[in-house]
Amino acid sequence: MTDDTAARAAREDGAVPRHNLLSGPQPDVARAAGYADAPPRMGFFTDTSVCIGCKACEVACKEWNAVPEDGLELTGMSYDNTQGLGADTWRHVAFIEQRKPFGGQEPGVGHEDVDVFSAASALGTGPGSPGPGATAPPPGAAPAGAPAGEISPVSPDGRTELRWLMASDVCKHCTHAACLDVCPTGSLFRTEYGTVVVQEDICNGCGYCVPACPYGVIDQRRDDGRVWKCTLCYDRLGVGMEPACAKSCPTESIQFGPLDELRDRAAARVARLRAAGVTDARLYGEDPQDGVGGDGAFFLLLDEPEVYGLPPDPVVTTRDLPAMWRHAAAAAVSLAALAAAGFVRRPR
Amino acid sequence: MTGSDVPRDGVEGARPGRDALTGAHTGRRRRRGRGERAMVPDAEFSSYYGKPILNKPTWKALDIAGYLYLGGLAGASSLLGAGAHVTGRPALARTAKIGAAGAISLSLVALVHDLGRPARFVNMLRVFKPTSPMSVGSWLLVGYAPLTLAAAATDVAGRYRLVGAAATASAAVLGPAVATYTAVLICDTAVPSWHEGYREMPFVFAGSGATAAAGLALACVPAGQTGPARRLAVLGAALELGSFQLMKRRTGLAAEPLEQGRPHALLRAAEALTVGGTALGAYAGGRNRVAAAVAGAALLAGSAALRFGIFHAGVASAEDPRYTVVPQRERLAARRSPGA
Ligand code: SF4
Ligand code: SF4
Repeated sequence: MTDDTAARAAREDGAVPRHNLLSGPQPDVARAAGYADAPPRMGFFTDTSVCIGCKACEVACKEWNAVPEDGLELTGMSYDNTQGLGADTWRHVAFIEQRKPFGGQEPGVGHEDVDVFSAASALGTGPGSPGPGATAPPPGAAPAGAPAGEISPVSPDGRTELRWLMASDVCKHCTHAACLDVCPTGSLFRTEYGTVVVQEDICNGCGYCVPACPYGVIDQRRDDGRVWKCTLCYDRLGVGMEPACAKSCPTESIQFGPLDELRDRAAARVARLRAAGVTDARLYGEDPQDGVGGDGAFFLLLDEPEVYGLPPDPVVTTRDLPAMWRHAAAAAVSLAALAAAGFVRRPR
Repeated sequence: MTGSDVPRDGVEGARPGRDALTGAHTGRRRRRGRGERAMVPDAEFSSYYGKPILNKPTWKALDIAGYLYLGGLAGASSLLGAGAHVTGRPALARTAKIGAAGAISLSLVALVHDLGRPARFVNMLRVFKPTSPMSVGSWLLVGYAPLTLAAAATDVAGRYRLVGAAATASAAVLGPAVATYTAVLICDTAVPSWHEGYREMPFVFAGSGATAAAGLALACVPAGQTGPARRLAVLGAALELGSFQLMKRRTGLAAEPLEQGRPHALLRAAEALTVGGTALGAYAGGRNRVAAAVAGAALLAGSAALRFGIFHAGVASAEDPRYTVVPQRERLAARRSPGA
């Protein structure tokens, strides 16, 4: 998420996959993991600016992967009744209601006394009601006579208004996946598509990966002790199909494809949104320079990541592992020295 | 501060209400480490309905905090046992060797209990992964546990002295690693209160292991042979308390859960027990059998309280998104501010 040019130049340099890295840019995860001729790295680009919160992805994921139900709870958190990612929620749609100017919605008012016919007759005469055709086509692509190149003003007259953010969250399939690094059994592994998958017949249920994940994705299923998370539909990828969530998304908020292509598409999309006045638009998790080496599943967000329940600057926990072992070794030596010191005086 | 504009009884009583916090700012006060100057403006905190960002550890407190404790007790006891063996203190040697064997066996029981069934411990050994402290630890235990059992068994049986001496020595070589690797185990997670303390945690655990082993010896060995244990208690307590203070000072916000609620109570108790036990042991442990036993029990309990306190503080830090968001925001701000 930084636009540090020096850092970008550094990324260009590291074109050869480096093996056994614990952090930093890793341009070819699959080859570094030992796949000699791997297909291009696949991933998700979730464009939350077009998400309508229909939860088709949540449902499709449950259906395809036979994920057990995790209880129906009316949480009072807007329309969110799954609350977060976990063992039995591999896609989670977040709903955030904010008092921020956006579009022409007004919160906290009744519309009982509105005369819809007179309102309709005023269509197209004011900034809050730009009239038919107001959804702007891209500059240059508009038919003659249509208003082109701009969308209706984001905040017509500075009113405090409600906006709704919706975002479908998922496992990030990190370039440096802490869950994978710490798994003692090798149950978590890197696939040839560069994604991260748990093998349920090998998982020991030790639960180490759960607190290791900096995004709070993977979790233990209560009744069986093993951990579960999004597999990026490894089984579907193998036969050339796209993941169930992306397939079911009606607005193409969830886009699936080769990661390079998605990154280009995302950059173009965020530039377009910004040009149209949506200055809050930003990408999250797309940068190979970030703490996890970039995510295989990244997002276009309209506010700070933590508003969506995402960490602002996650770092793969194993980045510090060499230093941890060094400190532990020093501590072990100190302990031995203390014990020796205990015996030095007054030998009997 | 609820974010919805529609109250519970609705606008003019016409609308249902919502309790949802929108972009909730939880109004908690900010505490900084003593004497620390803010280099960047205080990061603004918001969260998704106050929900945690991390998934908290699923480990059972009794099993895993107990596992951390027993590992320290065993590792340091092996050192005491070997020292006593070499310097001819048979009672101290026997107690320490049996203590190490017993503690490590119990810790394996705790681990297996947390995993669910014994076969799963065997499954831990299907690969060796240096990036996984749990894998490294499993292999370490597989090497270490039989050595402690051999050392204890030969001592009790009074036979195979050569084998016993070799086992005692090897166990003493691996012991310090067993006592400190558990710090890496919990620090190699995204849990703020654990991860941030990775520099000092191994020293805290080493000191705490030393006091526990000294406590066991004080409690069970005739006064005449407890000299090394008493000195180890003093040195261990100094290492433990010193590095723990350093850790709290340096980790800033991530240390806050150590000073709130149950972890705070446990850690204060740990401090009191360790200091009290050490003082009593050092002062009267060499003469008075009862005082030595009380001091030993206090040291054992103090070391356990420390592990449980640190365990619960970590869980609490994972449950509150503030400990994840605020330091990361500060990091981002520092990186973006010119001249940083
Ligand atoms: S660390 Fe978390 S987000 Fe990254 S691959 Fe593992 S489970 Fe997914
Ligand atoms: S719970 Fe399973 S997948 Fe996670 S670290 Fe343990 S063995 Fe690996």
